[in-house]
Amino acid sequence: MYNVTIGLEVHCEINTNSKNFSWAKNSYSEYPNENIDTVDLGFPGVLPVLNKEAFRKSLMMALALNCKTPDVVMFDRKNYYYPDLPKGYQITQMTKPVGIDGYVMINVDGKDIKVGIHDIHLEEDTASMEHFSDYSLLDYNRAGVPLLETVTTPSLHSADEAITFLETLKGIFLYTGVSEARTDRGEMRVDVNISLSKDDTLGTRTEMKNINSFNNVRLAIESEIKRQTEILDSGKIVEQETRRFDEKQLKTYLMRSKADAIDYKYYIEPNIPPIKISDEYINSIKKEIPMLQFDRVNKYMNELGLSRYDAEILVHDKQISDYFERVISMGVDAKSASNWITTTVMGYLNKENKKISDICLKEEYLVELIKLVQDGKISSKQSKQIFEHVVTENKRPKDLVKSLGMTQITDENVIRPIVIKLLDDYPNLIEDHKKGKNTFDFFVGQVMKQTRGQANPSITANIIKEEIEKR
Amino acid sequence: MKSIMDLRNDLDNNKTTHTDLFNEAILKAHKYQDEFNSFVTIMDNMYYTKSDTLIDGIPYALKDNFSTKGILTTASSNILKDYIPVYDATVYKKLKDAGAVLVGKTVLDELAMGGTGTTGHTGSVKNPWDPSRQIGGSSSGSAASVALGIVPFSIGSDTGDSIRKPAAFGGVVGFKPTYGRISRYGLFAFASSLDHVGVFARNVKDTAIVTDIIKGKDERDMTSLPDENINYVDNLDNDIKGKKLFYIKEVVDLNLYKDAGEETISVLNKFYETVEKCKKLGFEVDEVSVDEKLLKAIYPSYMTISCAEATSNNSNLTGIIFGPRGEGKNINEIMFDARTKGFSELIKRRFIQGSYILQRENQERLFKNAQRLRRIIVDKMNEFYEKYDAMILPASGGIAPKFDSEIDRMSDRYLILENHMAIANFGGFPSITIPNGMVNNMPIGLNITGACFKDSLTLNIANKIEEELGYKNLIKEEYDV
Repeated sequence: MYNVTIGLEVHCEINTNSKNFSWAKNSYSEYPNENIDTVDLGFPGVLPVLNKEAFRKSLMMALALNCKTPDVVMFDRKNYYYPDLPKGYQITQMTKPVGIDGYVMINVDGKDIKVGIHDIHLEEDTASMEHFSDYSLLDYNRAGVPLLETVTTPSLHSADEAITFLETLKGIFLYTGVSEARTDRGEMRVDVNISLSKDDTLGTRTEMKNINSFNNVRLAIESEIKRQTEILDSGKIVEQETRRFDEKQLKTYLMRSKADAIDYKYYIEPNIPPIKISDEYINSIKKEIPMLQFDRVNKYMNELGLSRYDAEILVHDKQISDYFERVISMGVDAKSASNWITTTVMGYLNKENKKISDICLKEEYLVELIKLVQDGKISSKQSKQIFEHVVTENKRPKDLVKSLGMTQITDENVIRPIVIKLLDDYPNLIEDHKKGKNTFDFFVGQVMKQTRGQANPSITANIIKEEIEKR
Repeated sequence: MKSIMDLRNDLDNNKTTHTDLFNEAILKAHKYQDEFNSFVTIMDNMYYTKSDTLIDGIPYALKDNFSTKGILTTASSNILKDYIPVYDATVYKKLKDAGAVLVGKTVLDELAMGGTGTTGHTGSVKNPWDPSRQIGGSSSGSAASVALGIVPFSIGSDTGDSIRKPAAFGGVVGFKPTYGRISRYGLFAFASSLDHVGVFARNVKDTAIVTDIIKGKDERDMTSLPDENINYVDNLDNDIKGKKLFYIKEVVDLNLYKDAGEETISVLNKFYETVEKCKKLGFEVDEVSVDEKLLKAIYPSYMTISCAEATSNNSNLTGIIFGPRGEGKNINEIMFDARTKGFSELIKRRFIQGSYILQRENQERLFKNAQRLRRIIVDKMNEFYEKYDAMILPASGGIAPKFDSEIDRMSDRYLILENHMAIANFGGFPSITIPNGMVNNMPIGLNITGACFKDSLTLNIANKIEEELGYKNLIKEEYDV
């Protein structure tokens, strides 16, 4: 067995109206070369103009990842020739990126792990290319889209940790609204660096570029661990190189060796003057960062007494988590709110493929519904029916209880005669009960049937118990 | 030759029309084209939008490295020989909006890299004063078109001295203001940190009029400066009594040029005559000293930085999105072929140098050291500007060279006297060349370089000196008469 060390470079497109250095629309399009501009096509004489929103969001992400932000932000040029890079260089950051030396807390199997962030920098995306046997097609819609690259330190040690980090990072993108981070649209792409070693020193690493789904990251890591293990087991040494992961073969293939590494000839971008960052500006951004998933899970567990499982379900979608917090702030206990939201509400949302903001479920309605059940006004089964009406008709639960005639029967004087009649009708089942057979549920069921489900189940159960004991 | 203000009066008094001025300019442009080769493109049609500025209806020429929508823009390079831009440079747009009328796009040294006017893809530009001589470059055609009297002003770009040197050789005024004063948007980049947009005219006042029109903050250029809300043309006659000028001993000391030819001595003597005239005008003029080693480092530092930036800036010229598509079995071969065929040998040599300079293992020793030297030189200049208002020096160590002349690039004259004007590009200083008389029947220039943001004062000083010298509105035709 070897110690596995993994570092990730995660590219994520930022959610803005226009591109990073031009006025072209930053928007996913099915039609090639629709959102393009002279700047992104690198026509002679064009100059980059930094998108303020992209800049602000990149700083927000840097702060969310606990990075140090510089007093002056600068941009650099990365020079190389490729048709997907119209200017022949990419504007990126090396000298003074938006953030350095940060960390992200992740939780893997109940254990908290601190993942180091080497740096986070703002750059521009390239065009997308499609290669055919004797020609290639270029789509410049993506060229110039603001791209944030998050570089971890080599502080991950398994595929699980890597995937959890990616999930956590994606959560931060979503929570801050910096990106939608949709891997299905190539908005989030991952480079994996991986090395194996017998001891604490780092082994020789290989890099796998541009992996476009978390599942493929897992598969790539697993296959590369296997490959490097085999090399080391046979007494050979791993070469430092860039490899390509083939998702069909589940194998990695050599792309280029270290000797062929490109010299990107970085130098400071002369067309973007250094940008001073004031404390005020940083503070105004900090204020906009909401509490993130990791902290919310801990809060829900430690302060609200929820299980990790429930807490993690609740925080998965920020809208849900925010909804949950509003509901409990209105006086419902966290457990009930959590049960309702994670089962009934989310079940409905999943079934309908909707978001919480898409449906008519005002927080006060859910609170009312929960309280109706807790006060014994309606049964839990009835509450589910009312829920369906609330979300489709946007009516108050209390009004629905009335209009649907769903008031619960809690009056013993109504329930007791029904129970007595029932026990009279089935004397043999009482005998069976006393012999230890479970016929109790049958009696409850019958009462419910006769009251069309309106009898309060716990009151009913108590009366049945009392009446059986009398006989 | 009529100035912009003369033409303005003629237009306002209905003595002429913008159409007449355009047609006269076009006629002259064609008349001189074969002999002097100022233009890549002479306009067939007039595009005119009425305005109420001083340059409304005035014809002008534009260097062929400014993007002009729908009008061929070649940068005098084969790789762009058929390139028709889809957008307007800010300078061009401002001139259009101000009512100026474009006469043509002028020849430059290929991609603005060079100072001879001999490397453009449509051939060499000749000096209007003597066609056997160069006009200099890279804004060769813009200088020649004004020196020939085709247009009263033209637009150029200046990375090392590409406006101010040809202005000197052509006997006209050439000015580049502070870095960022005029938007570079639409100027085909050579070396972005050194590139400036500027103006040629036949007198300082016309220069100021045009600069007032084209200066200003541009949301398309992040390096453009905030607006100052002053008109340079209104401040040309401010009193300069007590203003302080300096010149650098190690550039103009006659003792350094004992072995130089009679021509250089004449240029230097003319300079010292001008120094005396400046004193008479009320300027204080001091001689200052700068380490010669630092001055000798200007040219190599300039070449190092400019070649490095040029390599990167011109990496968009691959024939993939625009320009002639190369041939080859794969994408790399296609780009390689387009660039091999599209650039002249000289350009390729500069790109290779630039690429070498930027390589990881060489950056510290070459690129970063050149930048350090640049910084030291600029700091030294700023020290002087704490005490002085402007530096004056000869724009060149001689008159315009013959086409077949051999230049010893390592000589002191070449290293310092021919290249010191790049200081203004290093620091982004406003810098102007005005005619300083004649040597061997060829014009020579006086360069005046002010402190950053002191554009108005620099023009003010230039205007006062110009008045005293009296070499205004020079053109060969009239001078001979």
